[in-house]
Amino acid sequence: MSSAIIVGGGIVGCAVALELAQAGVQVTLIERDCLGSGATAAGMGHIVVMDEGEAQLKLTLYGQQLWQTLTAAHPQRHEYHECGTLWVATDAEEWQLVAEKAAVYRQHLIPCEILDAAALYAHEPALRAGLVGGLLVPNDSVVYPPKSAVYLWQQAEKHAAKLVYGEVRSIQANAVQLSDGRQLHADAIVIANGQRCIELLPELPIRAKRGQLVITERYPNLIKHQLVELSYIKNAHASSGDSVAFNLQPRPNGQLLIGSSRQFDRTDRQIDQQLLSTMLRKAIDYVPALADVRCLRTWTGVRAASPDGLPLIGQHPEQAGLWLNVGHEGLGITTALSSARLLADQMLHRPAALDLQPYLPRGLQQEQR
Amino acid sequence: MKQIHISINGTRYQVAEHSNLAAVLMTNAIANRRSVSGEPRMAVCGMGSCGECRVTINQQAHQLACLQQCSEGMEVQCEP
Repeated sequence: MSSAIIVGGGIVGCAVALELAQAGVQVTLIERDCLGSGATAAGMGHIVVMDEGEAQLKLTLYGQQLWQTLTAAHPQRHEYHECGTLWVATDAEEWQLVAEKAAVYRQHLIPCEILDAAALYAHEPALRAGLVGGLLVPNDSVVYPPKSAVYLWQQAEKHAAKLVYGEVRSIQANAVQLSDGRQLHADAIVIANGQRCIELLPELPIRAKRGQLVITERYPNLIKHQLVELSYIKNAHASSGDSVAFNLQPRPNGQLLIGSSRQFDRTDRQIDQQLLSTMLRKAIDYVPALADVRCLRTWTGVRAASPDGLPLIGQHPEQAGLWLNVGHEGLGITTALSSARLLADQMLHRPAALDLQPYLPRGLQQEQR
Repeated sequence: MKQIHISINGTRYQVAEHSNLAAVLMTNAIANRRSVSGEPRMAVCGMGSCGECRVTINQQAHQLACLQQCSEGMEVQCEP
């Protein structure tokens, strides 16, 4: 394989572009709007090790390690900030989850600290009274993903990667057709355009899971860690209906990002005010001082959700030369670098650091019939 | 016009009741706040859009001075 076309210039597409270009592949990246403008710009940029299953934990941990390497020399370039994640327990049931979660992390040598109620309030005095405790995962961090996407692209460009602006209308064997009539050819095609992959490949088992976020004015030191409710996974992974989960992030400049919400099969950009209210009420319930903060802006973004919550990384099961890196749902920033590396390993026949099996493309609609 | 008193950065000012706070700050040549790089900032749009005129009022940060009427005893903290 000497040439590749990558569809989608988000953080995943840019990371794949760098991986392939560095290995000497002649890369053409196709972007419809501007680099890092889709889900990349809409998300929180939380680099988080998630423990919903072994495969997810390994992919996110590998991603976090690659992020640490990428940002080590110039953290400012990515607005990288190692604020840690603090998982907050509200009752005895969630306190039980703290112990379980800590056991999993420790088993994988991931630093973490169990906080009882007193320790929790010592770390985060703005949390409401009556909480039970929490789990601090200090190595988790945040970045500003659009900056990182552009940075990855700039590195790829140094290895002669080319950027083409255009909208891909269809995929053929070793070629893509753009809506303005241009046709581009390469040995390999990589689909990395998030939820919009189903417009090109309707057989992929990807669903839109829309989210809304709010950003506030600067309130430095109100909170220090990214605060997430312990039942986040339960709330975030319902398979139907609208839901909210408490997720609050301190940006390095003191601004606060308030999340989170989920709506299936919606891709429009209209704010759902009722869901936004529910989300904000939940945030105020955890951090009462939020009732008085000034919100600057709210927006929507679309996650690409797969049925099992793991991305599809590898060759399309029915089309040789067509490769996928989609379905990262809410973890696409964390898993961008690790998934790009694992995809490039497959495309270039290199040994991979992880067992690839759980991430290989699967669940295509034809297969199910 | 009824005169009232407000405090700006700890100093007492006599102003007409219901005066616009951004106008009072401007009249007295007081910077509302500082930018990230330390430059003084004051009202620009005067209609609640640009956010340049933010001040702390009665301990509440990031209030827009251009949308505030002065009231008796109001405590305004700027970043002069």
